[in-house]
Amino acid sequence: MTMIFGVPMAVFMGQLTLGLVNGAFYALLSLGLAVIFGLLKIVNFAHGAQYMLGAFAALLGFRYLGINYWLALVLVPLVIGGLGMLVERFLLRRIAHLDHLYGLLLTFGLALIFEGTLVNLFGVSGARYATPEILQGGLNLGFMFLPTYRAWVLVAALTMCLFTWFMIERTRLGAYLRAGTENSQLMQAFGVNVPLMITLTYGFGVGLAAFAGVLAAPLYPVSPTMGSSLLIVVFAVVVIGGMGSILGAILTGLGMGIIEGLTKVYYPEAANTVIFLVMILVLMLRPAGLFGKEA
Amino acid sequence: MMTANAVATEPTARYQSREMLRVKDLHAFYGESHILHGVNFDVRQGELVTLLGRNGAGRSTTLKAMMNMVGRRTGSIVISGQETLSMKPHHIPRLGIGYCPEERGIFASLDVHENLLLPPTVSSGGMSLDEIYAMFPNLYERRKSQGTRLSGGEQQMLAMARILRTGARILLLDEITEGLAPVIVQKLGEVLMLLKARGMTIVLVEQNFRFAAPLADRHFVMDHGQIVEEISAVQLPTRREHLNSMLGV
Repeated sequence: MTMIFGVPMAVFMGQLTLGLVNGAFYALLSLGLAVIFGLLKIVNFAHGAQYMLGAFAALLGFRYLGINYWLALVLVPLVIGGLGMLVERFLLRRIAHLDHLYGLLLTFGLALIFEGTLVNLFGVSGARYATPEILQGGLNLGFMFLPTYRAWVLVAALTMCLFTWFMIERTRLGAYLRAGTENSQLMQAFGVNVPLMITLTYGFGVGLAAFAGVLAAPLYPVSPTMGSSLLIVVFAVVVIGGMGSILGAILTGLGMGIIEGLTKVYYPEAANTVIFLVMILVLMLRPAGLFGKEA
Repeated sequence: MMTANAVATEPTARYQSREMLRVKDLHAFYGESHILHGVNFDVRQGELVTLLGRNGAGRSTTLKAMMNMVGRRTGSIVISGQETLSMKPHHIPRLGIGYCPEERGIFASLDVHENLLLPPTVSSGGMSLDEIYAMFPNLYERRKSQGTRLSGGEQQMLAMARILRTGARILLLDEITEGLAPVIVQKLGEVLMLLKARGMTIVLVEQNFRFAAPLADRHFVMDHGQIVEEISAVQLPTRREHLNSMLGV
């Protein structure tokens, strides 16, 4: 069997794929966080909970309404994103003129409320969400066995990331967002409805989290706490990448997933901490993050 | 002084034209500090007026207050016949008003072309991209550059050019010549003459009196958040010394 640095090729590639898939989730979530932070200047602590709500909405939608996976992939981000818009419109907007720390506290509180409510209703043990039939099984690539669903997650997440990047960097709507991120008061003086833009942006970021949640539902146990554990890592990813760029969030997410995956192969004990070690290094050498703009 | 008389609108013609702006007893506050103390002035269609005064006299704040960009305001601001004091900030530009901030406000994350296309159209009849690029050939050459990579003069031209595209008929221009080379200041003067010829109504906050004098129909001198003097272009030659002493030049 082919060996890579003393590890069988299949094991190496398997962990690499796992890492990439995790990285795709990091990318989707940190992307949403970066977009929200850019315009609202709020660290959205409810992001993990909104990801979890996405997974739960898929699960409950299937259980009680018979909504299948594909429909959920479209509907759930819209519904949870809509919920996000209500949160922005009726809660975040009221404290927008205060120190942004209040926004952090509010979203943190919301996360606790969402999680607590679902723990109360469904308990903490995770539920299983069936993988759609067409994505069951795996592909034998010769050098490794690739589970079809993981391949799909990778493709779907990357497509969504690229779509978001394109929307923000290459369209007129995205130019509004970029300009609003820099100087929203001037945008207002040009006649742009900035409050509406903020509501839509928050909804979009939350929708991205919910999309990631639906993608995650067949992979991980769907439980009320699934978001909070992930979010800590995603925050580290965001710190590493820096809040500056959309592409930065995507690349850092994927990169950190790969580093984490490979650490599992060579030094499994450090797999859970390696991202934080990278974070410490980056903070020491480039405090604004790899892609962040130096102040 | 030949140019001043040539460019300035005849006073008789001025009073026949429509009132575009009327600011009455305008007070403005930033938090606890009271910046404007009852500003009164009016601008008629096609007029170019200046707000002169020392730093901190309240000239920029007056423009910002008109755009609803300061904290609390009282009094009255009528734009094209509409009271705007209770209007949301993003509705005010749609009355056909274009604002060019003192710090220029060029966006670093957008290239020159994107910066130019950014402000939404507020009414029909704005300049086309071709016309704008013909007026500012430098911008065309640098259209792919990042907005903030331009020189100060080019950034200023970009800041002006982008509000010409929107169809705004009233321009509020804040210190457009500040820190620019004489040749660029001259170019901006030519642009303002052209805009005046097109019937634009312009409020110019200016430190460079030599630049403003031949362009303006009337000058309003501000001090301590109030208009303390109005001087028409015709009165200017005899009042120049007095004005210089007021402005501390």
